[in-house]
Amino acid sequence: MSNLALIATLLVMMALAYHLGLTRSRAVAAEHDVRMHSRPGYYGVLVALWCGLPALAIFLLWSFLAPQLIDMLVTQQLPADMVAGLSDRELQTLLRRVTALANGQGVAGGGSPEELAAAGHMARLQTIENFSLVALMAVLVVVGLIFARRRISPNWRARNQVERVIMFALAASSAVAIFTTIGIVLSMLGEALRFFSFISPAEFFFGTVWNPRFSTAGSASQGEFGLLPLLWGTMMVSTIALLVAIPVGLMTAIYMAEYAPPWLRNVAKPVIEILAGIPTIVYGFFALIVVGPFLSSAGDLIGINIRTTSALTAGLVMGIMIIPFVSSLSDDIITQVPKSLRDGALGLGATKSETIRQVVLPAALPGIVGAFLLAASRAIGETMIVVLAAGNNPVLHANPFEAVSTITVTIVNQLTGDMDFASPQSLVAFALGLTLFVITLGLNVIALVVVRKYRQQYE
Amino acid sequence: MNIPAQPMATSSVSVGSGESRVSKAKDKVKMNAQDVKVFYGDAQAINGIDLDIYENEVLAFIGPSGCGKSTFLRCLNRMNDTIDICRVEGKITLDQNDIYAPDRDVVLLRAQVGIVFQKPNPFPKSIYENIAYGPRLHGLARRKAELDDIVESSLRRAGLWEEVKDRLDQPGTGLSGGQQQRLCIARTVAVSPDIILMDEPCSALDPIATAKVEQLIDELSESYTIVMVTHNMQQAARVADRTAFFHMGDLVEVDTTDQIFTNPQDQRTHDYITGRFG
Repeated sequence: MSNLALIATLLVMMALAYHLGLTRSRAVAAEHDVRMHSRPGYYGVLVALWCGLPALAIFLLWSFLAPQLIDMLVTQQLPADMVAGLSDRELQTLLRRVTALANGQGVAGGGSPEELAAAGHMARLQTIENFSLVALMAVLVVVGLIFARRRISPNWRARNQVERVIMFALAASSAVAIFTTIGIVLSMLGEALRFFSFISPAEFFFGTVWNPRFSTAGSASQGEFGLLPLLWGTMMVSTIALLVAIPVGLMTAIYMAEYAPPWLRNVAKPVIEILAGIPTIVYGFFALIVVGPFLSSAGDLIGINIRTTSALTAGLVMGIMIIPFVSSLSDDIITQVPKSLRDGALGLGATKSETIRQVVLPAALPGIVGAFLLAASRAIGETMIVVLAAGNNPVLHANPFEAVSTITVTIVNQLTGDMDFASPQSLVAFALGLTLFVITLGLNVIALVVVRKYRQQYE
Repeated sequence: MNIPAQPMATSSVSVGSGESRVSKAKDKVKMNAQDVKVFYGDAQAINGIDLDIYENEVLAFIGPSGCGKSTFLRCLNRMNDTIDICRVEGKITLDQNDIYAPDRDVVLLRAQVGIVFQKPNPFPKSIYENIAYGPRLHGLARRKAELDDIVESSLRRAGLWEEVKDRLDQPGTGLSGGQQQRLCIARTVAVSPDIILMDEPCSALDPIATAKVEQLIDELSESYTIVMVTHNMQQAARVADRTAFFHMGDLVEVDTTDQIFTNPQDQRTHDYITGRFG
C-alpha cells in the first residue's frame, strides 16, 4: 500500500470515527437522559483523534526508522568479501544502488549478481515492512476507536481534552520553526568547523586576500580564504543601499503618516509596498542592464570612471529595493505616536514640521532605528542584485565606483558548478554563511530590543 | 507666595493685579465669540454661540458629555484645525482681531492662547526640555541663562519647582500623573500666553492632585485669563468666576458662578446642576 493511500484511508477512518463518536454521545445522552459534559461534536473529534493520532505517530516513526533497519539487514546479508574494505561512503553508494534496483529502477552498469541478490532481499524486506505497518496501523485505528467510543459518558470532558490537543498541535507547529533554525545553525556550525580544520580561523577572519583556487585533483595549494575583502564589499554595498533607502524611506513615511490626504495614502502605500514584492532577480538585471550603463555614462560626463558593475550600481538598486521596508515600518511607528503629543506641541504654537521634527520623530526614534536595522540586515543578506551588478571582484579597495564582491555572492560562486564537499573551497560557504547569519542575527536582535523598549513607552 | 515677574511679557495682562474676583468679571472683553457654529462633516456640534470672555477671569464650561463644550474650547485657539473634517463658522476675536481671518498666523495665535489637555501629555524629553520647548520655538530666550530663568519661573508658577528642581534632566514622563499635568501647565505658562485653555485638566487626576491643580488655577488667574472645561460642578463652583452651561451644542446660560449654582434662569441648567440629568 502506498503511503498516500495509507494516509487517505486513515483520514477516511477518522471521519468515520468522528461520526461514530457523535452518534454515540447522542445515544448516551438519550439513554441516560442527562446533559453531556460537552457538545456532541467534541466527542466526535476526540474519538477521531484517538483513532487517528496513534496510527499517525507509528506511521511517522516507521517511515523514519524502517529504511535504516532494512539497510542494516541488507548490509548483513551482503557477501563478506564484498563489504570488506569499503569506506562508509562507498557503502552508502552501494546501498543506494541496491535500493534503486529493489525499487525497479535501473543503475549504471546493470548491477552485479550480488547486488541483484541483495536487491531481491531488500524488496522482500520492504514488502514485509509495508504489510506490518498497515497491519499495525489498522490495529491501532480499531483499538483507539473502540477504546474512545466506550469511554463516552456524560462525565468525560471531551471539550477540555480537545482544547489540550489543540494547544499541543499549536506548540508543535511553533517548535517546527524553532528546531529548523537550530538544526540549520548546528549543521552550518559543524561544516564550518570542518572548514576551520583546513584553514585556521585567524586566517579566515583576518585574511585580506580572497583567492580560493579551485582544487584540481592532487594540487597541494589550497588558496587563500581571507574574509575581509568580502566583508568590506558587503558593508560598502549595504551602506550605499542604506544611504539611499533611509532618507527616501523616512521622508516617504513622514509624508504618508503626517501630510498625505487619506485617499492618496490609500493609493500610494500599496504601490510603494509593491517595490518589496518585485523579485530580486528582476532588480538584478534592471541594475545590470539599465542602472549600470546609465551610471557609467553619467560618470563619463563628469569625468569619473564608474564601472558598469560596481558597488555603487548594486547599492543604489538595493537601496531602492529596501525603501518600502524603511517607509512601511517607519510609517507604522510614526502613526503610533499618540495624537496627544502632537496636540501638545501644536498647542504651544509649533508648526507642523516643527512638531514632527522635534516631538514626533524623537518619540518614534527607537522604533525607526529598529526599522533601519531590519532594513540593514535585509541589505546584508541580499544576494541576486549583487551577484549580477556588483562585479564579483573580491579585492580590498575603498572606491565605490569599482567592482566588489560580497559574502553572499561568494557563497553562490563557491557552491555552483562541480563541488567536492570535502574541500575547503566548498566548505568555506558554511563558514561564510555562519558569519552572515551571526551578523544579521545580531542586527535583528538589536532591532527587536530597541523596538520593544519603544513599545513599553506607550502601553 | 512669591510669584516671579512673568518673563518677556508681551501682552497687556496686568501682572499680579490685586483686584478681587467680582470686580474682575467686569473688566474689558478679552475674547468674543459671535454666532459660532462647528460642524464635524455634516453633523453640527455647536449651534451658534455668542460669548464674551473677560480679561483675567476664570470661566468654566460645564454641561453633559457631548454638549460641545470641549469643541468650543478648542475653537478658541484653533486646535480644531488639526481635525480634517471639522469646520468652524462665525467669528471669534481676540483683542478685537478675528482669529479665523485668512491672514491670521495660527502658530502665533496658539502662543497667545495656550492649551492644557485632559490627559497629561509631556513630551518624551527631560523636564527641562519640556518647559524649554515653547520658549525655544518662539525665540523667547537669547541666552542659556534666560532660558534657565524661564524654566524656573514657569515651574514655580506651576508649583512644581520644589519637587523637580534636583532632577530637571530626568524624563518628564517619569513624573506622577498630577506632576505631569502641572508640568504641562508650566510648559504652557512658559510661552507667556494671555489666555490658558484647560480641557478637563483634572479628570485624569486623583483628588489630591486635583486640589493642587485647582489651587494653581486660582493663583494663575491673577496673571492669565483662564477658560476651563470641567465635568465636575464642585470644581467649577470652587475655582470659576463665571460659569457657562452648555447643552446639546447650545450655550444655555452664562453668568457668575454664584448665580448659576444658586439661581439658574433656565430650566435645563437647573435640572443639570441638581443632578436631574448628565
